[in-house]
Amino acid sequence: MTILGQLALWLALLVAVWGSVVGIIGGVQGRAELMQSARRTAYALLGIISVASACLLVALLRHDFNVQYVWSYTSSNLPTPYVISAFYGGQSGSLLFWALILAIFAAAAQWLTPKRYDYLMPYVAAVTSMVTLFFVAVVLFASNPFERLPFTPPDGNGLNPQLQNPGMVIHPPMLYLGYVSITVPFAFAVAALITRRLDTGWLHAIRRWTIVSWVFLSIGITLGMWWAYVELGWGGYWAWDPVENASFLPWLTMTAFLHSVMIQEKRGMLKKWNMILIVMSFMLAIFGTFITRSGIISSVHSFAQSSVGYFFLVFLIVSAVALTWLLWTRFPYLTAESQLESMVSREASFLFNNLLLVGMSFSVLWGTMFPILSELVRGTQVTVGPPFFNQVNIPIGLALLALTGIGPLIAWRKASPRNLKRQFASPVVLALVVGAALYAFGLRDFYAGVAFVLGAFVLVTVAQEFVRGVGARHRLHGENYALAFARLVGRNRRRYGGYIVHIGVVIYFVGFAGAAFKKEMEASLKPGESVTMRSAFGYEYIFTHVGISQYEQLNRFVSAASVDVSRGDERLGVMTSEKRQYWDSFRQPTFQPATEAAIRSGLREDVYIVFAGSVDGTEEAVYRFTLNPLVWWIWYGGVVLVIGAVVTMWPGGGPTRASLRRAMVGYQVKLVDEAVAADGG
Amino acid sequence: MGGSDALGRLGLLTLWLCAVFPAAAIQEPSQRDSAVGLLPSPSMAGQPRRPITDYENDPFVVGIEEQLRCTCGCNLDVYTCRTTDFTCQTSPALHRQVISLVEQGKTAQEVIDEFVAQYGELVLMAPRKEGFNLVGYALPGMAIAIVGAWIVDYVRNARRGIRGVGCASARAGAFGSPSRCFRQSRVCVVAR
Repeated sequence: MTILGQLALWLALLVAVWGSVVGIIGGVQGRAELMQSARRTAYALLGIISVASACLLVALLRHDFNVQYVWSYTSSNLPTPYVISAFYGGQSGSLLFWALILAIFAAAAQWLTPKRYDYLMPYVAAVTSMVTLFFVAVVLFASNPFERLPFTPPDGNGLNPQLQNPGMVIHPPMLYLGYVSITVPFAFAVAALITRRLDTGWLHAIRRWTIVSWVFLSIGITLGMWWAYVELGWGGYWAWDPVENASFLPWLTMTAFLHSVMIQEKRGMLKKWNMILIVMSFMLAIFGTFITRSGIISSVHSFAQSSVGYFFLVFLIVSAVALTWLLWTRFPYLTAESQLESMVSREASFLFNNLLLVGMSFSVLWGTMFPILSELVRGTQVTVGPPFFNQVNIPIGLALLALTGIGPLIAWRKASPRNLKRQFASPVVLALVVGAALYAFGLRDFYAGVAFVLGAFVLVTVAQEFVRGVGARHRLHGENYALAFARLVGRNRRRYGGYIVHIGVVIYFVGFAGAAFKKEMEASLKPGESVTMRSAFGYEYIFTHVGISQYEQLNRFVSAASVDVSRGDERLGVMTSEKRQYWDSFRQPTFQPATEAAIRSGLREDVYIVFAGSVDGTEEAVYRFTLNPLVWWIWYGGVVLVIGAVVTMWPGGGPTRASLRRAMVGYQVKLVDEAVAADGG
Repeated sequence: MGGSDALGRLGLLTLWLCAVFPAAAIQEPSQRDSAVGLLPSPSMAGQPRRPITDYENDPFVVGIEEQLRCTCGCNLDVYTCRTTDFTCQTSPALHRQVISLVEQGKTAQEVIDEFVAQYGELVLMAPRKEGFNLVGYALPGMAIAIVGAWIVDYVRNARRGIRGVGCASARAGAFGSPSRCFRQSRVCVVAR
């Protein structure tokens, strides 16, 4: 099976080289047969890489411990879902998984793109083939999952206990889908640059792809936070770890692109900027992978150090040089068709939204790389942890939240004082009322208070838009309110889907602000002893230690410590936190004991209990009790955000004839311009 | 002899009270049961732990520990590491070091300075706001402010251009071709 996998990888390498070369040559020379061949390589690569992936999966499921990768990340008593997730649990498997997802997206891009964009497709095939070529080469030459051991061990090492969690089965694929799918809009952007067809046609072609990759990145990041919260046992969800930051960077630039692209479509502005954002997003996705794989920055997520980092570094440098040249030579074709007319306009607010998103991206990158810079400049190593990132990024985040409410309500071109008053009077007043009420109830944390006030402001602006839209339809068409609402959203999916996304963002911020009111304490309790704790909402929780039970379960030995929890006079039930000692099929411990937190989620606050250990092997247990306000809101903010994004990209809202005509007009102006230039005019 | 025995007993009693009383105070146990059974497999319940004292929950100690990085390589602060990674041997040792310095009557800054002297600046969770580190703190905000100011200035200049040249010239037919108008005024969407 491994021989077949190896052969498939070599074949994929050759096919990817072929696709890269014929895509460019066919496109440049206009040779239809080569262009067709390039497009077919996308399907061929999907088939070949699927075979290689299937080979690895079969080796994993058969527990073929002679294969080093299988031995390293599984054991014969590992539950099957985790055997499957071990496919991407290690370095080389995850790189092969990356290549597989890329092949799927590349083939889907060829299959799903309408025929009117055929002029771009050979170049798209060439670019996706080049990126696939890189990943297949890394798998073959630096981190091969099909390498065999000189002997066959009786059992494998097993999978890291922290990866034996349902969240970890879904989180990495989602994040990979986000990272990898950026390649598709990037490939279209490069194709547009090569062909000089820089009208808004390529933007229409990638509209759904950009939202798809943004949604997958959002889901991947949120699931990563959820996994960290339920599995790592520290009661938090975001630690500004370099690898977390690496996933956040392309998300920020993609978010900036999703906003600024509207200005290009509406006003023909920011063409260069949009192109840079797409290229930057792709580069940051690769950079994030480089950080994870190279080990240049210390991170809890890092894979083992290997030569893989050098491959990524070379790829990054070569791509940066090539893309800079391409952008530089095509900049004259990316002239704006109109100018920003007023600082009080939607264009300006989107521009500042982009400034803040990219500024935040820069500050996260800067903080992530600052330890290296400090060592280079001063010869002193420093740590850049959460205190730094919070101090720098919270104000930027709050400014962005304010713009989330302001941007969609300001008129295009130039807003009049009347327009401003009509749109913002109610939201500002209601937000101030919320702020005053919170202050009256004793809220004193500045940043949390600002987040709640701005959140209220944004919610009112969005609600106002829905109310006005539904009201207008009700008056004009005589529709009942439910029908008017459905049609309002259905016929303006992009706009109202965007508003739903904004609601999701507000919910996220409310959840983040809750962290300011977290309460924690440690206690050692004998069976029957209790401890009390008061939450930020004023509730008194009583935790009574019930006892510790020990038993075998699946591939582990469990020590379960149970706590009876009451809130005031209300009994909430028994919560059980565990220590899990995983072992192999010979009952030999495989890793250090892992901790499973007990979590009771609620709208107001989460009760989070961690069993830290027993006192000298007795039933006296040491616990950490955490009362985490509003964490629930973060996960549901993610759900709302995804619903909004799905509404936005729901099929049927493609480019209209009018918008395509506008796109072609921009292109024709450019052609006339070139002709005049050629005439010496 | 009898006096020294009594003093010894008093000393032991004081030590016992120091250890037990604060812990009892913070836990507010509703009832105490002195008979605690052994677990069937104690080694499977993780590292053996000591009973919690008031230092573990002392906001002063916790505040200091949140500013110090655990040196085990986990990237977490001492407080988070010792309350999360129960296999780490380093963070409990650093915790004891913090307590010992606090017991000596040192202020938070003095404790932190001791750690920096012993482990270097790397032990701080965030760089000190001095010297080159100030660039780290200030640059992102400054970059956003400078680019923002540049955008505002650019738009103002562009607006002057729009009022002074663009549409007036277009009305007067000053441009030889649509494309030249487009190039020079940048505001006339000529193709429309």
